Amino acid sequence: MEKVMVKGTEAIGEAAIRAGCRHFFGYPITPQSELPEYMSKRLPEVDGVFLQTESEVATVNMLYGAACTGTRVMTSTSSPGFSLMMEGVSYMACAQLPAVFVNVVRGGPGLGDIQPAQGDYWQATKGGGHGDYKLIVLAPATVQEAVDLTVLAFDLADKYRTPTLILADGLLGQMMEPVEFPEFRDLSTLPDHSSWAMTGAKGRKPHIITSFDIDPYILEKMNLELVKKYREIEKNEVRWEEFKTEDADIVITAFGTVARIAKSVVEMARKDGLKVGLFRPITVWPFPYEPLKKLAEKVDLFFDVEMNMGQMLEDVKLAIGGEKPVAFYSRMGGVVPTPNEIYEALKKEFGRRE
Amino acid sequence: MRFIFAGFGGQGVMLMGQILAYAGMIEGKNVTWMPSYGPEMRGGTANCTVVVSDEPVASPVVDKAETVVAMNIPSMIKFQNFLVENGYFFLNKSVIDREPDKKEDIKIYKIECNEIADKLGNLKVANMVMLGAVIGATKIVSKESVFKALEKKLTGKKAELIELNKKAIEEGMKKVSEQ
Repeated sequence: MEKVMVKGTEAIGEAAIRAGCRHFFGYPITPQSELPEYMSKRLPEVDGVFLQTESEVATVNMLYGAACTGTRVMTSTSSPGFSLMMEGVSYMACAQLPAVFVNVVRGGPGLGDIQPAQGDYWQATKGGGHGDYKLIVLAPATVQEAVDLTVLAFDLADKYRTPTLILADGLLGQMMEPVEFPEFRDLSTLPDHSSWAMTGAKGRKPHIITSFDIDPYILEKMNLELVKKYREIEKNEVRWEEFKTEDADIVITAFGTVARIAKSVVEMARKDGLKVGLFRPITVWPFPYEPLKKLAEKVDLFFDVEMNMGQMLEDVKLAIGGEKPVAFYSRMGGVVPTPNEIYEALKKEFGRRE
Repeated sequence: MRFIFAGFGGQGVMLMGQILAYAGMIEGKNVTWMPSYGPEMRGGTANCTVVVSDEPVASPVVDKAETVVAMNIPSMIKFQNFLVENGYFFLNKSVIDREPDKKEDIKIYKIECNEIADKLGNLKVANMVMLGAVIGATKIVSKESVFKALEKKLTGKKAELIELNKKAIEEGMKKVSEQ
C-alpha cells in the first residue's frame, strides 16, 4: 500500500476505522481535537456513528453502552478529559467491556497547558480510577507505531474483554510522518461476542453485564477473575524495544516521544565512543520487568528520561532491584527535552561516576 | 538533514515544511514534520521542523539544524544559533532589513521572496520562492519531487494554484543559482 503523510492524531483515527471501529464518542480538548474532527468526517463515510458528547463523563458512559453490544468503540481525549472519564473506566474494567481509549497527554497537573508531557503515566498504569483493575497501555513512539498499536489495542481489548489505552502525547499527535495503513478489516471476521454481549435476548436467557455485586464473596470472585486475566496479560502481552543494548555500558530507559529523542542521543554517544543503548517499553502495562532485569546483569548505569517527575522511574527501579544505579533526567510542564540537552546530562552523570 | 522553517503566521511556513517532507517521502526517504503549536505560535513566530534522512528518523525534535529558513526578523534572531558549521541560512530579504549576528562558517542566502512572488502575481507564493531557493542550494530533493508533492497537496479548488506555485519554485531556484 502507498505511503501517506499524516498527523499522529489522524493516523490513529484512520487506523481505528480500518480495525473495524464504527463508533466514536468524544469531547474536544487540545491537543487532540484533530482526531474527533477526523472521525466526524470519516465515520459517516463508512456507515459509522460519530457523536460529540456534552462532556467526558457522558463520553465514557456512551462507550460503556456501545461496548455492551460488542461493537468496536473508541474515544480520545487529553489529560484533564481522561481524569473526568476515570469513574467510567473503572466500571468498564469491572464489567469486562472491550473499548479503546486514547490519551494525548499534555502538561499537568490541573488544567496545565497544551504542550506534550508524560505526567499521566501513573494514572494510566497504576489505576487512575478506583478499585483493583488494570488497563493494557500501549505507548507509541512514531506515527507508524501509533497506527499499528491502535489496531492492536482493538484486538487486545476484544481478546481479553478489557478497556485498552493508547498513551500518546501532544508531539506525536501533532507531527506528520509517512505511514502505511493496514487493509480494512472485514467486519464479519471480528471476534464473536454473542456469548456475553447485548444482542437481543429473544429465544435465550438475558445476558447481564454489571460492575456490581452486593455480596462480598461474589464480588471477590469477580475480582479473582480479573486478577487471573491480568496475570494472563502479563504473561502474553509484554512488548518492548531494545536499541544497541548488546554491548551497552549505559542504557537509557524512556517511553513514547522521549524514547525517540533518546535514540538520537544513543547515536550521538556512539559517535563519541560511548557505549550507550536504549530500552523502550511499548506496553507500559504490562511493564517489561523481566527483560529489563536481564539487561541489568551486564549494564553499569541506567539513565531514565521522562517528561514527568519520575513516574516510570519507579517501575525501572523495581525491575532492576537496586543492583545497578539508575540516574534520572526530566523536563516537565510541557517542555520537550532536546537531544543535546539529554546527552549533556548523560555525560555529566557518567563523568560523575567514573 | 535537519530543517527549521520559521516566520509569521500566514507566511506559509508550515506548508513549506510539509511540501519538503512530502517530496522527501516521494523520493523514498525517511521524513518527519513537526509543527510548533499552542502559545509559542502567538509570540511572533510560527515554525516547523523537518528531518529528511536516508536512515529512520530518531528525534523529530532538533536543537541543531543544517538549514534554517527565516521569513522574518524574530525568526532570524531566534533560530540563528541552531545552525551547524557549514549550515545554510535562508533569509527573506523582502522583510529582513538587517544582518544576522551569526555569519561565520555558514552560507547565507538572501532572497527577495515577496518581490519575486509579487511579480508572479500573487504575494502568497513567497513561501514557494523560498522553498525553491532551499532545494536549489541544498539539493536535498529534486524539483520534480517537489512538483509531485504540490500536486498531491493542492487538490480541489487549490489545484488551479499548482502552476503558479511551480513557477515560484523555479524562480527561487534561479535566484540561488545566480548567487
